[in-house]
Amino acid sequence: MNVELKDIHKTFGAVHANVGINLTVPAGTIQGILGENGAGKSTLMKILSGFIRADQGEIILDGRPVVIHSPADAIRLGVGMLHQDPLDFPPMRVIDDFILGRKGGLLAGQKAAAQDFKELAGQFSFSLDPEAYVDSLTVGERQQLEILRLIWLGARVLIFDEPTTGISAPQKVKLFAALRLLAEQGKAVLFVSHKLEDVEGLCHRVAVLRQGYLVGEAKPPYNTKKLVEMMFGKEISVGARSPCGADDVTLNLKNLSVEDYRMRIRDVNLDVHCGEVIGLAGMEGSGQGLFLRAVGGMTRTVGGKILVDERDLTGRSYQAFKKRGVAFLPAARLEEGLVPGLNLTEHFILAEEAKGFFINWDKGRLLAQSRIQEFNVRGTPANTVESLSGGNQQRALLALLRSQLTLLLLEHPTRGLDIESTIYIWNKLKERCQQGTAILFVSSDLEEILQYSDRVLVFFSGRVTPPLDADRLTTERLGELIGGKGWPESTSGKSA
Amino acid sequence: MKKNTWINLAFQIGALALALVITTVILVAVGAPPLKVFGSIIKGSFGSVQNVVAVLITWAPLLLTTAGVLITFSAGLWNIGMEGQMTMGAIFATGMLRLLEHASLPPALIILLGILAGILGGAVWAALAGALKTFGGVNEIFGGLGLNFVATALTIYLVFGPWKRPGVGSMSGTQPFDKALWLPTLPGTQLSLWSLGISVAVIVIVYFLLRGTHFGLRLKAVGKNPKAAFLMGVPTWQYSMIAFLLCGAFAGLAGGIQVAGIYHRLLPNISNGYGFLGLLVAMLINYQALWAAPIAFLFAALNIGSVQLQIQYKLDSSFAGVLQDLLVLMVLLGEGARQRFMKKS
Repeated sequence: MNVELKDIHKTFGAVHANVGINLTVPAGTIQGILGENGAGKSTLMKILSGFIRADQGEIILDGRPVVIHSPADAIRLGVGMLHQDPLDFPPMRVIDDFILGRKGGLLAGQKAAAQDFKELAGQFSFSLDPEAYVDSLTVGERQQLEILRLIWLGARVLIFDEPTTGISAPQKVKLFAALRLLAEQGKAVLFVSHKLEDVEGLCHRVAVLRQGYLVGEAKPPYNTKKLVEMMFGKEISVGARSPCGADDVTLNLKNLSVEDYRMRIRDVNLDVHCGEVIGLAGMEGSGQGLFLRAVGGMTRTVGGKILVDERDLTGRSYQAFKKRGVAFLPAARLEEGLVPGLNLTEHFILAEEAKGFFINWDKGRLLAQSRIQEFNVRGTPANTVESLSGGNQQRALLALLRSQLTLLLLEHPTRGLDIESTIYIWNKLKERCQQGTAILFVSSDLEEILQYSDRVLVFFSGRVTPPLDADRLTTERLGELIGGKGWPESTSGKSA
Repeated sequence: MKKNTWINLAFQIGALALALVITTVILVAVGAPPLKVFGSIIKGSFGSVQNVVAVLITWAPLLLTTAGVLITFSAGLWNIGMEGQMTMGAIFATGMLRLLEHASLPPALIILLGILAGILGGAVWAALAGALKTFGGVNEIFGGLGLNFVATALTIYLVFGPWKRPGVGSMSGTQPFDKALWLPTLPGTQLSLWSLGISVAVIVIVYFLLRGTHFGLRLKAVGKNPKAAFLMGVPTWQYSMIAFLLCGAFAGLAGGIQVAGIYHRLLPNISNGYGFLGLLVAMLINYQALWAAPIAFLFAALNIGSVQLQIQYKLDSSFAGVLQDLLVLMVLLGEGARQRFMKKS
């Protein structure tokens, strides 16, 4: 199916999310939609898939102008969208989830549907068990289920919103093969991403969005430098590592043991020096998150000692850690880091030491204004935090940190952010290091771990490596360790 | 912005109109003349000085319970237990007054101690609900509801048991106190300027507390996202407990004032639904403290204005409740509709 978008406009309050966008995607093409966070990609795709309506503009499918009121309308017209977080039903069986969106009879066609499911899955060589429950599937498998479901419902245009986030490398290969097959079958595929390599490796053509405008299109062979320029309007280079020379030990762990209901981490010994960055690598749920929270005083330890600036904080509350200059930035920004419903000014007032009984709102606003500027947050002091984009929420979280910190603990500091935001955030973190703050961060991005850490701890189902020098680690070696290969017998993390 | 304000206003007026329409339908259905009934309510609440005085008497405790709800709701808590807290306030106040009735203390001091005991009683009852929630994991709605029953049972027990009138206990309550222990009222009325003044002061304090203090902002943060508030350094469960204590104190104060100023004794059902009515007021004003005073006044007027309906039109006086509940429902509905409308446009 040919897709044509004509002069699409959409505003959210003061934000012009799509400004006069014209885009044509012929059948059988994989069209990349590239842009940083907040560039307007998701808005455009949601307009095409019926989740929101454009203020102005036309959608033309196979030469016929259509009006799409809802996602159900969209799928009837042949447009289906896979969302970044799969919109499926975790407590259901795969086959029930598959059938769910179909119109029509109460009982009829269960068997036929199961047959169709099997055939479709075979076509794409997906191995999904129709009887399994959806919540037992990986993100990648849930995507596969969504693809099959949408095709079965008659989708001839498929939109993929950041589909490579959160899936494994082999699943990505499978996904890309499926996308190519879809294109060969004559379907139009729209692939939304901020990852250059994915777009370059897959797409037949690319459209780049920046601040609501479609700023350019490209075809292979792609010129990476040029694409980056289109995305950000300027060239960006990755900053160099800057070790801070101080010898003072900021954090000292002695035989630290932590456990929760599924895992125990035993006898970790670690000295973290002032200005040092320690990366905590591992598959999600290998113990690094538990460890990080224990070091921040949020999880009770079961043995050993935690010393921050030579002061014993073992067993003390998070508040006590906070008083000693320890700060924790959670990965779930809106769930744990920020308070939806409160605006930025209120956040800055909350985060600062309260002086007096009454709030000085003028001072608070000025503080918010200056931090917003300093940290390049796109928003005003009166904006509520949930109205900011993910990257801006992360910047706001950083801006909320008090100025004097001894130790900063971060969970996935750049997850879901584009290159520009990532680099920006790490520059800010490096500034902290130069002031003597030590950083411990969890990340599932190996490149990020290697790029920014001085030393790395690898976690595998509760086991911890001794600190490894990041300079002497390779992505391959790190990947092996994360996957549980190449571990010395009975490693318990005794070192450093 | 300007346009939005008008849209909001339109939806609110629409909600009010809808509530009136439905009420009218109900009136027609039960065979009462709607216009006359509405007229009678207005006359019943504002038709004479006595009626206005009666409205003010009802307004005072309602302001206090509304103030309490505003505090707990800011902290994200549904304090359903305010009826019980108010009842406990009345019990504690009665207890203190009975204890000191024959002591050789100045009456003013005894009254003050009685009301302070009321505040304590409400706070203790709220602290129980809070402790159940914080340390026992019992949802405050269930805890509060349970404690309401306990407080009611305790009142009945006291009225018919240890504190019963000489002779035989009755639903009309305990033996009234000596006149010296009555909260001074305006001559010829039951209206105490003290209770009115205290109630207005409390709602004003709550307004500034929530709007302009670090305490209020932290309370809101705890209410909207306890996890984030904790990470920002707010001691979350302590703030929840303080919210419970404050709310209970206000409810207890209301109970104490009812005892010292109006009934001069303990009687069953002394909380008279003010706790739940306060919840309704807070919902109707969408938890904006600024509107508490006028809306609580409106509710008080509806209550008083409906008293005569039974005699005139054989309508139960709970008709006021129907109108109040419909108002709240329609305003909540209107708000939902407005949000959908805004999303679409």
